[in-house]
Amino acid sequence: MSLTNADVLKIASLARIAMNETEIEAARSQLSGIFDLIAEMQAVDTQGVTPMSHAQDVSQRLREDMVTEADQRELFQSIAPQVEAGLYLVPQVIE
Amino acid sequence: MLNSSLAQLGAALHARKISSVELTQLYLDRIAAHNPSLNAYITTNTETSLAQARQADLLLANGNAKPLTGIPIAQKDIFCAKGWRTTCGSKILENFIAPYDAHVIEQFNNAGAVNLGKTNMDEFAMGSSNETSYFGPVNNPWDSGAVPGGSSGGAACAVAARLCAAATGTDTGGSIRQPAALCGISGLKPTYGVCSRYGMIAFASSLDQAGPMGRSAEDLALLLNVMAGFDERDSTSLQRAKEDYARDLARPLNGLRIGLPKEFFTEGMGSDVAKAVDAAIAEFKKLGATIVDISLPNSRLSVPVYYVLAPAEASSNLSRFDGVRYGYRAQDYADLADMYEKSRAQGFGAEVKRRIMIGTYVLSHGYYDAYYLQAQKLRRLIAQDFADAFKQCDVIMGPTSPSTAFKLGEKGDDPVQMYLSDIYTIAVNLAGLPGMSVPCGFGSGGLPVGLQIIGDYFAEARMLNVAHQYQLSTDHHDRAPKNIGV
Repeated sequence: MSLTNADVLKIASLARIAMNETEIEAARSQLSGIFDLIAEMQAVDTQGVTPMSHAQDVSQRLREDMVTEADQRELFQSIAPQVEAGLYLVPQVIE
Repeated sequence: MLNSSLAQLGAALHARKISSVELTQLYLDRIAAHNPSLNAYITTNTETSLAQARQADLLLANGNAKPLTGIPIAQKDIFCAKGWRTTCGSKILENFIAPYDAHVIEQFNNAGAVNLGKTNMDEFAMGSSNETSYFGPVNNPWDSGAVPGGSSGGAACAVAARLCAAATGTDTGGSIRQPAALCGISGLKPTYGVCSRYGMIAFASSLDQAGPMGRSAEDLALLLNVMAGFDERDSTSLQRAKEDYARDLARPLNGLRIGLPKEFFTEGMGSDVAKAVDAAIAEFKKLGATIVDISLPNSRLSVPVYYVLAPAEASSNLSRFDGVRYGYRAQDYADLADMYEKSRAQGFGAEVKRRIMIGTYVLSHGYYDAYYLQAQKLRRLIAQDFADAFKQCDVIMGPTSPSTAFKLGEKGDDPVQMYLSDIYTIAVNLAGLPGMSVPCGFGSGGLPVGLQIIGDYFAEARMLNVAHQYQLSTDHHDRAPKNIGV
């Protein structure tokens, strides 16, 4: 499979990764090689096969709706890039 | 001391022949001497480790010690450990101080073990050579120009170079077994769900599994006794009765049926690897095992299937790294979207970006059925092959890796070549089965070769028995690299 630079740019944008021209070109050739490898599996007939999402067929556990976490706001915010008055700061999104 | 088993170290600590503080200091001194050249550790914390050792000495003095109390263990830098810098090998977490303990770390703390430091790894566990680490590559202690394997390359190197008594690793596609093979140590990936993933930084959640890395199968059994256990904070942790993984170590191997998959013995494997694996099989025959020829016809698809499923799950898991609540944030940005894009572009390395992009693509609108769903269906077929095989045999054996340790930089420019180095290990993760690697000899250049042993679900005790009996009659696992002062 050969991707175009426009394909790569779109994927990068969906993935929220900034890329310059040189990086797009390098990614295009490497991703195309990887998709050639992946293409092998698409030729196999899998009609009627149930998809397997996990190794063990167990059902999701449920628990009582109770608070299980202690409040550690200060500890958690101590490792944040930017906080003010107990809030995480990001660039303004609403004018 | 450096060549003692964990049981012997435990006995020496109990008998007060050595204190945990002395043992910890011994390893810290070795790390100071050898880590500058090997780069096995990203972070050490001398005072924290020694404080834990002092606590362990109190437990030992009061008669409250458990089997691993006072023993210094290296933790892969993928496990959050409270107060410890936890980087996952990435710039994006370069300054991240974990605010809580992973379940695996808690289990070691409760056992009284000492956290000796955080080991180097491929960034977000994505790699097979440890070369994708932001903190630089790790050197193989057997050959400083060769890779240690990955992603648990620092852990494998630290065990082989006697820079810890034992270590932890994680394995998504071979990340415990392949570096164990390339560094000449033993490593076990348990059945999916045996060890909790809580606090283990996620790569591909349906495949990730923690496991022990050490110098012998006997050591692995003691480590797994501590690491395994139900944890309600991991929704895929399995509720099972506690096992003693060392219970079957002494069992003779008479009547053991070993399946050899024809797909694992093809021209893709190096002749030196084939020779060592064949010799190991011959040794098992001497120990009373019989050989069964089996086939895993869909295993050839495991690499392409894995490179759909793992990146898809990774692209979702790694979306949390946005520079808002923790981790790296770019310096200059125009708006929120620009902040995300630049923080991620500058914080992630090339391989991580590649995998996020593969995952983003295969999950994007219109491609889900062709890629992700198709891969999940093939995953079922791959698992079914193993189920059929285990009707005829007790364990499956083959090479862990097609070659011995390759040179640093050798596969750096070609991701596909790198991905193919995990060709024998990936199917085991897709099926969720336990797999291990034990040293079985040396290939070209005197580099170690690993034998892979694959078991049925929850057959860890049996696999450890098989490996232990082999290690009682061979000495590959006792060899130490030169130039590490042992």
